[in-house]
Amino acid sequence: MTESNNNWEYAPSLEGTSHIQLKEKYDLFIDGKWVKPSNNRYFDTINPSNEEKLAEIAWASDADVDLAVKAARKAYVEVWSKMKASERAKYIFRIARLMQEHARELAVIETLDGGKPIRESRDIDVPLACNHFFYYAGWADKLQDAFPNRMIQSLGVAGQIIPWNFPLLMAAWKIAPALAAGNTVVLKPAETTSLTALKLAEIIEQSGLPAGVVNIITGHGDTGAAIVNHPDIDKIAFTGSTAVGKLIQKSVIVTAKRVSLELGGKSANIILEDAPIDQAVEGIVNGIFFNQGHVCCAGSRLYVQESIAEEVVRKLKQRMQSLYVGNPLDKNTDVGAINSKEQLSTIEKYINIGINEGADMFQVECEIPSKGFYCRPTIFTNVAQSSVISQEEIFGPVLTIQTFRTIDEVIQKANNSPYGLAAGVWTDKGSRIFNLTSKLRAGVIWANTYNKFDPASPFGGYKESGFGREGGLHGLEAYLK
Amino acid sequence: MNILKTYKIYINGQFPRTESGRTYVVNDAEGNPIANVCQSSKKDIRNAVQAARKAFGSWSERSAFNRGQILYRIAEMLEGRKAQFLEELTQQGQSLETAKDEIQLCIDRIVYYAGWCDKYQQILSSVNPVNSSHFNFSMAEPTGVVGILAEQSTGLIGFVSQLMPVIAGGNSVVLIASEQLPLCAITFAEVLETSDLPAGVVNILTGSADEMLPTLAEHMDVNALFLSNVDAEMEKNTQLSAIDNLKRVIVKNDDWTKEDAQGISYISSFQEIKTTWHPIEQIGGATSSY
Amino acid sequence: MKAQKSLFSEIPKSPTIDKVGVEERVSRFQTRSIKGATKMKGLSMVLSMIDLTTLEGKDTPNKVRQMCYKAQHLHNFQEGLPTVAAVCVYPSMVSVAREALKDSTIKIASVSTAFPSGQAPFEVKKIDTQFAIDAGADEIDMVISRGKFLAGEYNFVFDEIAAIKEICGTKRLKVILETGELATLDQVRRASDIAIHAGADFIKTSTGKIQPAATMQVTYTMLMAIRDHFDRTGVMIGMKPAGGISTSKLALHNLVMVKEILGEAWLTNEWFRFGASSLANDVLMQYMKQVTGKYQSADYFTID
Repeated sequence: MTESNNNWEYAPSLEGTSHIQLKEKYDLFIDGKWVKPSNNRYFDTINPSNEEKLAEIAWASDADVDLAVKAARKAYVEVWSKMKASERAKYIFRIARLMQEHARELAVIETLDGGKPIRESRDIDVPLACNHFFYYAGWADKLQDAFPNRMIQSLGVAGQIIPWNFPLLMAAWKIAPALAAGNTVVLKPAETTSLTALKLAEIIEQSGLPAGVVNIITGHGDTGAAIVNHPDIDKIAFTGSTAVGKLIQKSVIVTAKRVSLELGGKSANIILEDAPIDQAVEGIVNGIFFNQGHVCCAGSRLYVQESIAEEVVRKLKQRMQSLYVGNPLDKNTDVGAINSKEQLSTIEKYINIGINEGADMFQVECEIPSKGFYCRPTIFTNVAQSSVISQEEIFGPVLTIQTFRTIDEVIQKANNSPYGLAAGVWTDKGSRIFNLTSKLRAGVIWANTYNKFDPASPFGGYKESGFGREGGLHGLEAYLK
Repeated sequence: MNILKTYKIYINGQFPRTESGRTYVVNDAEGNPIANVCQSSKKDIRNAVQAARKAFGSWSERSAFNRGQILYRIAEMLEGRKAQFLEELTQQGQSLETAKDEIQLCIDRIVYYAGWCDKYQQILSSVNPVNSSHFNFSMAEPTGVVGILAEQSTGLIGFVSQLMPVIAGGNSVVLIASEQLPLCAITFAEVLETSDLPAGVVNILTGSADEMLPTLAEHMDVNALFLSNVDAEMEKNTQLSAIDNLKRVIVKNDDWTKEDAQGISYISSFQEIKTTWHPIEQIGGATSSY
Repeated sequence: MKAQKSLFSEIPKSPTIDKVGVEERVSRFQTRSIKGATKMKGLSMVLSMIDLTTLEGKDTPNKVRQMCYKAQHLHNFQEGLPTVAAVCVYPSMVSVAREALKDSTIKIASVSTAFPSGQAPFEVKKIDTQFAIDAGADEIDMVISRGKFLAGEYNFVFDEIAAIKEICGTKRLKVILETGELATLDQVRRASDIAIHAGADFIKTSTGKIQPAATMQVTYTMLMAIRDHFDRTGVMIGMKPAGGISTSKLALHNLVMVKEILGEAWLTNEWFRFGASSLANDVLMQYMKQVTGKYQSADYFTID
């Protein structure tokens, strides 16, 4: 056969969008009803893969936030806190089931609104979100068993602010444990990715959950600030940047509000010379290119033992060439669109810093769509521990690679960061795994795997990556006295 | 004529004078001077945090059993020096009766936490049944270097109740003693020094909380703070200073002389939960029956 | 040709393999969506890569002749379809196949070395191989001595392969690892490296007599061995998954895997083969579905 006969490119295989029902305009979900924003302000949400407008989203004012908090308080006092726990559980189970039934629609909307590949929203985000409700539903009537030595009590109204990288999944991470523990909720999705949270509101409406137990309000940073500063909120749960997390912490200091923060990271992924090398390369790819690198626990600092560094980098480059970058709705797309123009320019800023710092850059050679926000998967070698790109969170598909010689050295380097969210370790030797996993100062350690999530698995950071845990039994703690 | 004892501070297993060279006089209940005490400074905080950071790794990696042995040893050593604590407490104004009770409660509390050293992990940890082929477990790990502002109203039981759960959990400590009732804290340092506790795990400074606490709260290498019964202003300022590196700030308003002012929650407040994943290989065919 | 291209002691240390990681990687290939023209081209490629196989105790010359006829006449179903790559038979049937395929470019592959168990004296294996070649085989599919391999006698396994390759000369040698008996992917990788270094032109998963056979995990592991060898030496080695691949979907996923691991240079029957007996009909049915837009019935596709 001749060379050209071997050509076998994947034809586009687009996920259908005909079954998706989107309104032109979305109002606020308050007290079980769809309410127009008091200022009648709306903003556009766009599809980052082609910059087309998807819908208009209500921009909640302080007054709207107040309305939502009042609804949540009323629902807490009059209904939710009085309801038998087993009944509470059934509502949460019902939400889980309804989400499963709407899984395909949720996945497509998640991809349209956020830019992540349909493969991920379909196979990871949406199933995990459903499972999260399913998992916590069962806890609702077993709280006393979870904390046998304590008189447990719900907190009241929880204000929850979530990021744009896993819109539906983060909503589930926040709402499910809060409801299971007996709290009511005011949740605000990120301004670039409101749609799946609003779809979730429709599902919640459909589930018959008592009005006001979950309120979903949309808007920008000022809406979030109004939630943080509202005097009748008992608990703030935030996932987002460390900078905003610190601001929130500052605003709530004089109040009695409880806080849990899930913040940034610059997680180390460590490959030792006896690692299962091809799986480690896969773990590197999963660690940094999953969800375009918009992952707080992304394995963005790669440490490879010197003796295998050349081989690992060669294999990584090879593997990167088989990543498909492009239309997130294409089932074959591995790396989709960057979530927003702002984020793309942040990533590009860091790539330029890396180049200016003298690091060697490698990018996948691939076509990227002319419209929309895209970034080629990027790695930097010849990076120093003190390079800006190996210290600061980039939140994009950009990896820095350093080498090390000894295990003590790599432990020190991995811990040499203000963050402590996650870390990865790749080695074939059990005793070495436990040496590393116990010395790395991070809340989640993946050994011989990376970027795995599960409702039963507690997630959260050390140091400036935040405090409190989400997921598992430990995740209940954040919503109980 | 009695010799006026000079109480030095305790850093890295040694008893230096304060870097600042300052002292203040502690009086008895009648206003007679009984001792000279170091008026520690920012630099002493710096040195103490350095020592605590250095000691943290090896202390947190000690076997839990060994930590329990050392805490129990502390109780034994305190028992042996009851008389001196009794003298100091009564000199500082307590009745013989309450002083005796306080020392006894201290010993009991240290024994209580000695027993926790190798048990809290089993209660705080979990194995998590994840929906994939992975073994997943969560365990408690010490938060790191913990700054403790001692309960100011008691000479002994307050800071002992704060200190013990923190070191039982594998953290290292910089402790600012009660400004007015500091004597037992330094004598307690002598107890620690003879208890096989590694140097630097506990560092004790005397002096003004107003002066030292902000430095401790701002210190970027301190991971958590433990305050007891502080006023709202001090709490707020401490919280604000703690934001920069997101220190965990724990404020307890307990009456430490109560028998129930103890428990696993005092340990868990200074623990982080670490979750670890590892694949489980399933060999085809070997799954059916065994 | 020299007796040994390399020495056993020169084989690089095989990397360790994490099976769960392999399963995850493989599941990614399985999510690739192959549609439209890509699917047509893929199905056509699959047909051209098939080693149409009959390896049964009850094989007769007539059975082999029927199979050889079908191998040459896939285009009866649809204009433009390729022939299969080869037929694969026992040594005793090689001369029958040679006669039936005398006007064809379809290759004749013969199993040898006391297929499928390999439990015969070394001398018998050599005679077996020589017999097949003398009868007109173009390719030899040998089995490795799994018992020796599992006992750690890697030198023995290496020497045996090298000796058979010497007999083959320029005829291409496929080395069957019988991965279902090797139990772990680490062993599969080790055996792949030994076979490659001992002179295999192709490595092949299975005899088809043992389950599991050509799972994607196993094929992936062997493809990585080929990849590493190519990166180290620039020498291409062929791959043949055999046994258990009976649907078009699975075959296409195998092609996806080859494309993404080794690249399109391997997407020809010179470097990639499927050992299969029933795959061809499923591919034909899928192909006709693409052509006609209608789902097909097995009644319209001849068995032999």
